[in-house]
Amino acid sequence: MWGKVSRLLTFLPAVGLLADPAGAVLTPTVESPFVSPAEFKPEGGIDQLVFANLERLKIQPAHICTDAVFVRRAYLDVIGTLPTAKEAGDFLLSREPNKRAALIERLLARAEFADYWAMKWSDLLRVKAEFPINLWPNAAQAYHRWIRTALRENQPYDQFARELLTASGSNFRAPPVNFYRALQNKTPSGIAQTVALTFMGARLENWPPDRLAGMTVFFSQIGFKQTSEWKEEIVFFDFTKTNAAAARLPDGTQVQLSPGEDPRERFANWLIDESNPWFTRNIANRVWFWLLGRGIVQEPDDFRSDNPPSNPGLLAFLAAELVSSHYDLKHLYRLILNSRTYQLASIPGTDDPAGTLNFAAYPLRRLDAEVLIDALCQITGSTEKYTSAIPEPFTFIPEGERSIALPDGSISSSFLELFGRPSRDTGLESERNNRPTAGQRLHLLNSSHIQRKIAQSRTVQNLAAAGSSPRELIGGLYLATLSRFPTADELKVVNAHFEGHQTNQREAAADLVWGLVNSAEFLYRH
Amino acid sequence: MNTDSRLADRSLRRDSARVISRLGCLPLSRREALRRCLFGTAGLLLADGWGLQARAATHPTKAKSVIQIWMWGGPCHLDTFDPKPGAGYDYCGPLDKPIATNVDGIMIGELLPGLAKQADQYSIIRSMTHGNNGHETASYMVQTGRASGGRDVYPSVGAVTSLFKGYDAGYVGLIPPYIVLTEPQGRFSEAGFLGSRFKPFATGGDPAAPRFMVEGVVAQGITDERQRRRRELLHQLNTLGRAMPGDASLKALYQSEDQAYEMILGDAGKLFDLSQEKDELRDRYGRNTFGQSCLMARRLVEKGVPYITINYKGWDTHKQHFQIMRRKLPEMDKGLATLLQDLKERGLLDSTIVWWSGEFGRTPKVQWEAPWNGGRGHHGKVFSAVVAGGGFKGGQVIGASDAKGDEVKNRPVYPVDLIGSMYELLGIDPSAKLPHPQGEDVRVIPAVAEAGIIGGRLKEIM
Repeated sequence: MWGKVSRLLTFLPAVGLLADPAGAVLTPTVESPFVSPAEFKPEGGIDQLVFANLERLKIQPAHICTDAVFVRRAYLDVIGTLPTAKEAGDFLLSREPNKRAALIERLLARAEFADYWAMKWSDLLRVKAEFPINLWPNAAQAYHRWIRTALRENQPYDQFARELLTASGSNFRAPPVNFYRALQNKTPSGIAQTVALTFMGARLENWPPDRLAGMTVFFSQIGFKQTSEWKEEIVFFDFTKTNAAAARLPDGTQVQLSPGEDPRERFANWLIDESNPWFTRNIANRVWFWLLGRGIVQEPDDFRSDNPPSNPGLLAFLAAELVSSHYDLKHLYRLILNSRTYQLASIPGTDDPAGTLNFAAYPLRRLDAEVLIDALCQITGSTEKYTSAIPEPFTFIPEGERSIALPDGSISSSFLELFGRPSRDTGLESERNNRPTAGQRLHLLNSSHIQRKIAQSRTVQNLAAAGSSPRELIGGLYLATLSRFPTADELKVVNAHFEGHQTNQREAAADLVWGLVNSAEFLYRH
Repeated sequence: MNTDSRLADRSLRRDSARVISRLGCLPLSRREALRRCLFGTAGLLLADGWGLQARAATHPTKAKSVIQIWMWGGPCHLDTFDPKPGAGYDYCGPLDKPIATNVDGIMIGELLPGLAKQADQYSIIRSMTHGNNGHETASYMVQTGRASGGRDVYPSVGAVTSLFKGYDAGYVGLIPPYIVLTEPQGRFSEAGFLGSRFKPFATGGDPAAPRFMVEGVVAQGITDERQRRRRELLHQLNTLGRAMPGDASLKALYQSEDQAYEMILGDAGKLFDLSQEKDELRDRYGRNTFGQSCLMARRLVEKGVPYITINYKGWDTHKQHFQIMRRKLPEMDKGLATLLQDLKERGLLDSTIVWWSGEFGRTPKVQWEAPWNGGRGHHGKVFSAVVAGGGFKGGQVIGASDAKGDEVKNRPVYPVDLIGSMYELLGIDPSAKLPHPQGEDVRVIPAVAEAGIIGGRLKEIM
């Protein structure tokens, strides 16, 4: 029997599982794989605010999720990566008292954290070489690298914003200047609209014209010029441009600009001031939206007086935490991820639709296009090809690159397009579309692309070679795909499946892997 | 809008509201529900949404479908539909003997003998212009009728047509309303701000292969029996689904799954089986990807699919231009000529617009120098387009380029003019609103002031 297991190990290194004396890998789970029987105890400010609100509304929250759900959820949410069988198994079998908190720390320190969040930020900051955001490949790469470095080093968010807004120089050498190049509309009012959307979550097209005009002035002295280097562009403060209108901050304050003063500096200083009503609440709400699937203000980039937060106290609390931690984004992630609110099961405690608005359960969400294809590659040991229409050296991507690490929105694949990767045209959060379509379903169920990945995977070869459905291999497969052990009922189904396929074990194995990666549990964050 | 149409609009809304309220209590048959919802969420159920406005904006008119032949890369106008034999060798190279067509006075390139016999079926626009020489920007301009820049990315003609002629407008086919044969362009987002629901379904595969493996619909080596067993296994393994009965996002997943299986196991998928066509006809189309794509497009039109794009690659001929023309133009000639004839014989041409165009033309002066050694560059100042059927008259030439095919000589036609003319024939109201994610007031065709310079609709041939 161990011979079979060691064959499996070549692909699913399950050393930690084998070391466990209790042999838990062989013991199927009997209770619900999703809902933990553990007692619920609110912990910290987030839980107090969320649960007080639920109590007031008489909404029954969900139970706490199991460790199996948590490990999968945390990996997918924090690093956009499916845990390997070993990672999932190690976590499930660990007896460490605070293992969830410890896992959160490990994930926040992983390199994939920077990859995944650079991908999100590149969506918002429109990092794309070609149409309609024409950054050009090497500028897109430089911009992405700058963003990724800022996230890896956990640069305080206020400084991150300030650098983007005030940078001057070459698009290749001073990467944050690309903020002003990654725009379809480079007029001062077009720039003002993008700045407000990105850093204030405000849609200026809904503002009164005079308020928009006042803000536009801060972006009316940005110059662009070409150099002798191919596609190099300098972004600079052009003091020769003058303004007719008076500069007015979005809060209504009129500003007297002195000659020779770059007005972007003045705006940035106002924006990142702790007392600014928009800046901090916007980023706090975005992080909440990213992790919990729904903003306290929803849409997360549509702050306006007639779109109030569902829990104002919670938003104020998160904003205050950001200010007191000097805009440490990882601090905010940590706070949310460790809350019981985040760790609720996705199986709701109530049918009341108000539950969703008030965070009474963790909502199901389909995996992002990039995360989904990376997970499929991980499970099947395969790679993908990504290409760009621009044949520049910077657009050739080595085989085996993960799609969450792709630097440039113009480098893509038909899978990513089909599954709703954002086009990076506008910087709106809603550009990412995770709604299922029949076309997507056809692709996962029946395309040669996915069939080939499964048929050629080591997992299928190992399962087929085993000649039956040995529990340890099935256990490994469940850990690799669903990050948990199979239940007794599932083992029965799997055994019956293999028995019904005596003559063709390879087909049986392929169909089992196919069934697991096509299950709702695999396709959704839950 | 005049009073009559306003009244009609109101009564349509009222009727539709009644239908919808009935839908709530009358269970739709599963198949019917699938039909209405395939490849998107149910437009009919959007009581007060733009679904009904889209319907109201569609007047029954001449054209029901469009076959867009997208000459990816930019085909040379001189070597196809706008020959300039008088311009000399520096412009024509070896292709300097244009041929007469079956319409007096119309000459076309010498490599298009099949199309020369059918010039009475189509009209040539020799004065297309937008002035842009970048592939992606020009592709966007020709297929959206809009200038690039600004905050919005506009939808292409195919996406707009699938909005106004697709599921929200009563289309009931199981085949998605906007099909691309075979690869999507990928250089700009076809659906623009309309979002992924209006993206085309790209078939993948090769219609000229022994079996046209439409990605996702046809899977090699998997029998129907195995498909059924797999589906059963999928149900049995759905532990999360059983723990969450009634969850809305899972319902959407199951619905997409039912739709997918209608294509995999139902009749819809059989449409892509080209072996059902006679060998003789398949030969006439040409046994190559383009020829068989034309045949596939005709089959889709027969089933009522409103918009089909054939992405025909290989026209970006910076080098070896004339060698490529000699190889590719006969293939194009055969496929397109047979398509027009076949549509005509089946009585489909009157209701089907065939639109042939690339993003631009090519530099009339041949680049004989290194590194091109006989190539042609991008040329957005003037190029040709061809339209046939669906209410467009044949046998006409609109506009002209100058003696060397370098600039527009008269009657400039901008992309918005051609697109607006097609919408008119399709019964799509040019002033209808497009559903915009931020609720901005965006019309199917921009108002004159917004569009800038226009040449006017193609009234000469409508």
